Amino acid sequence: MTKSTHAPLAPMPPERLLELDNVGVHFPTRDGLVRAVNGVSYHVNRGEVLGIVGESGSGKSVTARSIMRLQPKTALDASGTIRFRRASGEEVLISAQDRQSRTMRQLRGGEIGMVFQEPMTALSPVHTIGTQIIRTVMLHRKVSKAEARAQAIALLTRVQMPRPNDIVDRFPHHLSGGMRQRAMIALALACDPALLIADEPTTALDVTTEAQILELLKSLQQELNMAIVFITHNFGVVADIADRVAVMYLGRVVETGTVDEIFYEPKHPYTQALLQSIPRLGKSHGRRLRTISGMVPDPYNVPTGCSFHPRCLHGVRGVCDVKTPEDVVFASGQRARCHFAGEVAISEAAQ
Amino acid sequence: MLGYIVRRLMWAIPTLAFVSFISFVIIQLPPGDFVTAYVAQLRNGGEYITDMQEALLREDYGLNDPLLVQYWRWISNILFYGDFGRSLEWNAPVSELIWERLALTLVLSTISLVFTWIIAIPVGVYSATRQYSAFDYIFTVFGFLGKGIPDFLLALILMWVAFIWMNLDVGGLVSPQFEGKPWDFDKIVNMLSHIWIPLVVLATGGAAGLIRVMRANMLDELRKPYVETAYAQGFGERTVVWRYPVRVALNPFISTVGWALPALFSGDVITAVVLNLPTTGPLLLQALKMQDMYLAGSFILILSVFTVIGTVLSDILLALSDPRIRFS
Repeated sequence: MTKSTHAPLAPMPPERLLELDNVGVHFPTRDGLVRAVNGVSYHVNRGEVLGIVGESGSGKSVTARSIMRLQPKTALDASGTIRFRRASGEEVLISAQDRQSRTMRQLRGGEIGMVFQEPMTALSPVHTIGTQIIRTVMLHRKVSKAEARAQAIALLTRVQMPRPNDIVDRFPHHLSGGMRQRAMIALALACDPALLIADEPTTALDVTTEAQILELLKSLQQELNMAIVFITHNFGVVADIADRVAVMYLGRVVETGTVDEIFYEPKHPYTQALLQSIPRLGKSHGRRLRTISGMVPDPYNVPTGCSFHPRCLHGVRGVCDVKTPEDVVFASGQRARCHFAGEVAISEAAQ
Repeated sequence: MLGYIVRRLMWAIPTLAFVSFISFVIIQLPPGDFVTAYVAQLRNGGEYITDMQEALLREDYGLNDPLLVQYWRWISNILFYGDFGRSLEWNAPVSELIWERLALTLVLSTISLVFTWIIAIPVGVYSATRQYSAFDYIFTVFGFLGKGIPDFLLALILMWVAFIWMNLDVGGLVSPQFEGKPWDFDKIVNMLSHIWIPLVVLATGGAAGLIRVMRANMLDELRKPYVETAYAQGFGERTVVWRYPVRVALNPFISTVGWALPALFSGDVITAVVLNLPTTGPLLLQALKMQDMYLAGSFILILSVFTVIGTVLSDILLALSDPRIRFS
């Protein structure tokens, strides 16, 4: 693998918590190689919320699972490095770790927590909420069962679970979807992780509950000063919670920037098109909603050159369909993977 | 929980009354009765029996009474005196006949059931967690072979192998020279050289099927998101697999463990006949063939009592292990 061919990596800046560089995850299938993640780079600083936006199949969840080394067993680590700064300050090269290594098992649940999409099925149906939290606490901390239980109740209180003393002995099927997601968050926060990976945590919830869970995550993030990688396909949610945003398309990050940059000055045509396809109250009166033409290409036949070019309004024949674009870096730190980044019209996106 | 158990037990009573009556009626259904079969046997043996004598026999046994009277005579003796009646063929109390064979039946069936579970559960879990690995394929082949070969055929093959190549004396529980002798060390050694064949036959037959069930259950559970959650909490693979999906995948087993109770009692009839084992299975078969109505009826009654108790036990166990069942 790439480990041996690497030049020694320059140390990460001190504020950096997580850094992904050119990560590739491929799946060999009967019909060919699927490059689900094809050179993804992003980073997360301490206490920062990074929103990752993309359509289904853009590779956002697979990338997140690579951070935990929990990608499907058929996956191949094709390229790149993933680094994480531990609480002790030392850097771990996660991408070189074995799936079941001691370090990874300490990181999971101990320093990196994860919240999943399906609160209905992501908790064990045959154990109480308390048991599941207590086991995690006792795995990572040297505490007695009574202390772990007290901590479980404290965690449930912290996630604003109603009647935490009662809920701790309840099974997941006694809880509503929103309460289960609160329990799931309590579980992920069991050992005060420095990083929380939230993989579409509100997608399966109704809008009211979604707003409550987002509010909870935001207040917890500030209270605990923890970093969050927030994966979603919903731009509205990203605007609400994220500090910075990475937009993914077909296994690549096509644009990164602060929330303001992404929403008011998107540089990549894909980001612009996505923003224009969001219905807005008051603005869209009498106007037809724009859509992105075409379909997401099937993963076996990714277009040559810029993979977005067949659907791009600004595609230039001879350039976009031939050359794979490099990241264009702007002075503010915003990056866009487009040959014409910064040149294409922003048009209505700023609205 | 207690109320649930009491309710379940109350419901068992009408079920048992109904089943006992039905089983008694079914035994009477075929044309003829015990005397017909008995007389036919005697005549084949060369004895001369007049029709008069036959009618007298029938009167003696109370076979001319109406069905309900016969049923009441039978069931009231069981309920009030614990008397299961006399076997007409063996001319001995039914309870004596059954008890004599019950110990061996229970020992054999229990050991084979325990072996079945000890083999099937770990192998099923391994096959599921290492799906499509070399060992998974090997266990799959073994599973289908074990399921496909009838138990009695396997018993015959093993007997042949033991007799020809291992020079063991096979069939029965002990060799003829130990028959009727008190139990001592030599007799126990001799029994062990006999008893491995039924154990292997019963355990492989059962395990083959259970491996497939366990593997399928596990494959379903391993794909569920809570397994990923458990990994994300930092547990190692073995802890995750055995604490979470195995717990859930065992529930279908637990819900059928009660059926093992009647199976333990009746044993595997055909295997027992082939191996000439003094268990209860062949006794039941013989009783049905001879229309030995009190013996057969008692057998069926005990089987159904065991079935009902087993089902109640299963339900209680399942409620204990799966919280989702408990209150609905």
